[in-house]
Amino acid sequence: MSEQNAPGSAMALPPGPIPTTPVPFESSLALGLLTDMLRIRRLEEKSAELYGAGKIRGFLHLYIGEEAVAAGVMRALKPEDAVVATYREHGHALLRGVTMRSIMAEMFGKQEGCSRGRGGSMHLFDAKTRFFGGNAIVAGGLPLSVGLALADRLQGIRRVTACFFGEGAVAEGAFHESMNLAALWQLPVLFCCENNLYAMGTALRCSESQTDLRAKAAGYCVPAQAVDGMDVVAVHQATLAAVEVVRTGQQPYFLEFQTYRFRAHSMFDPELYRDKAEVDRWKEHGPIHTYTARLKAQGMLTEEQFQALDAQIGDEVDKAVEYAENGSWEPVANLLRDVHTPAGGSTA
Amino acid sequence: MSRTSYREALREALREALQRDPHVFLMGEDVGKYGGTYAVSKGLLEEFGPERIRDTPLSELAFVGVGIGAALGGMRPIIEVMTVNFSLLALDQIVNTAAALRHMSGGQFSVPLVIRMTTGAGRQLAAQHSHSLEGWYAHIPGIKVLAPATLEDARGMLWPALLDPDPVILFEHGQLYNQEGELANDMVVDIHSARVRREGHDVSLIAYGGLLGKTLEAAERLTADGIDAEVIDLRVLRPLDDATLVASVGKTHRVVIVDEGWTSGSLAAEVMARLVEQAFYELDAPPARVCCAEVPIPYAKHLEDAALPQVTTIVAAARAVCGK
Repeated sequence: MSEQNAPGSAMALPPGPIPTTPVPFESSLALGLLTDMLRIRRLEEKSAELYGAGKIRGFLHLYIGEEAVAAGVMRALKPEDAVVATYREHGHALLRGVTMRSIMAEMFGKQEGCSRGRGGSMHLFDAKTRFFGGNAIVAGGLPLSVGLALADRLQGIRRVTACFFGEGAVAEGAFHESMNLAALWQLPVLFCCENNLYAMGTALRCSESQTDLRAKAAGYCVPAQAVDGMDVVAVHQATLAAVEVVRTGQQPYFLEFQTYRFRAHSMFDPELYRDKAEVDRWKEHGPIHTYTARLKAQGMLTEEQFQALDAQIGDEVDKAVEYAENGSWEPVANLLRDVHTPAGGSTA
Repeated sequence: MSRTSYREALREALREALQRDPHVFLMGEDVGKYGGTYAVSKGLLEEFGPERIRDTPLSELAFVGVGIGAALGGMRPIIEVMTVNFSLLALDQIVNTAAALRHMSGGQFSVPLVIRMTTGAGRQLAAQHSHSLEGWYAHIPGIKVLAPATLEDARGMLWPALLDPDPVILFEHGQLYNQEGELANDMVVDIHSARVRREGHDVSLIAYGGLLGKTLEAAERLTADGIDAEVIDLRVLRPLDDATLVASVGKTHRVVIVDEGWTSGSLAAEVMARLVEQAFYELDAPPARVCCAEVPIPYAKHLEDAALPQVTTIVAAARAVCGK
């Protein structure tokens, strides 16, 4: 990453100026990206509230602040592509096409949830949209993504596998081994590193001798690019270009999205490791309000339209909560179901 | 019938699987150009090409995980891990992902993956190439664990393992590769039952994998003491075939369990616990175990021999439970 995160720096700063340039997309895409980010934001704000109310338990890792990454990437993928994500994946699942209500039901632990209540917040899965989790071992999803891409190669299918992971994953052996294999075998994996600067509470500059993550990809001969992950326009444009390389070139590509988590790591995190001033500085770059301001400035969005959109999303969130509340608990008699595939059961 | 070896039987099983299903491929360290660390896959690269006989770097964690991903993507991968000791580098992917994925995803994603690995001691390879950790894997819900001890199972277990929709681990004991014998050409085996390898009435000797041979030899020696031993080959370490074990003990009323794993927390302990739970009133003597001494396997031959179950120690344990 850029020099502000080099060892010794006091505060981690956003990668560039607050973006103010016109949004270069046609209206439906431009507003679609806003809708995407806002849906994640409102879903997660409600999730945090419901966590406080005891409706959602376990670990809950919020993506608030990082929405531009999932929004910009997902719209660059095709339905036949595959997505592998981490335990901070509500947004990725939602934008991949998993319904908000089945995500909420999953967090409630109800059998109407997308993983039948077996996974919870960290293990959202959906076969229909080729969403392969919800992997809560840091870097554990990287080998899976390389394997999915290998399966495509061996079957002569030209698809892209997008793999999301945080910058904390680059400290794991699985990251390095997977990058090497993807490059060695030239497999179509889009590595999407969400660099939010902190692995739980450990800053990148305190954990990596090389803080420029592109250099790690370069070490495996994987082309790499750093992107302002607070700017959905930059994210989408960079990903479109990268996906094109991956799809047509059938090779890996590494994107580092420089972003920031506005909330604590999980609901148990007292945030002792970073200054409020630093958080505030990044919030000035908040992906939703800066993008909204740009749309308004160029006449693509009015405040009334924004309010109407927000109300519509609020309604979707309310309905999701209602669906989860009305959901049912899986009978305990089914406890052992799906430890193994039942006879005649198929692989999704 | 034809003359073959355990190694050749495994190779023939691989060849058959590769011929029958284009989704099957073999991946691991030195499976291709080198011909397999134990020469199991020798010649397959020439026959099936580098896409399907895929050499990997020394990246156990990644290539096992890649196998899981490829299984999710529609393939039927066979992953070769050089030894069970090295498989610890891939334990995260096996336990946290392969074994858990179907349940964790609410039944959406099965992982039809086969992992083969060498296990066991006896070749003076010391503490990092000799351990028998299959009991650990047998602890994990979501995977099946097989231990082919015969030519028949070496030849026959792979195909049903590949047909299984969930992860299956096959443990090949390092001392079995050169074992030779006659094998029927059209044999079929299952991957769910234990098998009586020698009928007897006085004591049940329960073994698996590399120790089946020593246990059968011990049974022969016991005839000199007037002890007619039954020998059970577990074959499947998870899930255990309780019914066959209980039936045998119901007949002999005495049992010795032979296991190359360490005594504490061993598979032998699990077998013993199940027999005590399910056949306690059938037992005429406390059950006994012959396991590995609680020590990292040493290099020196005499020390390694002393650490491992031997024919003499199995015979001694059987005599003791029979009161002779």
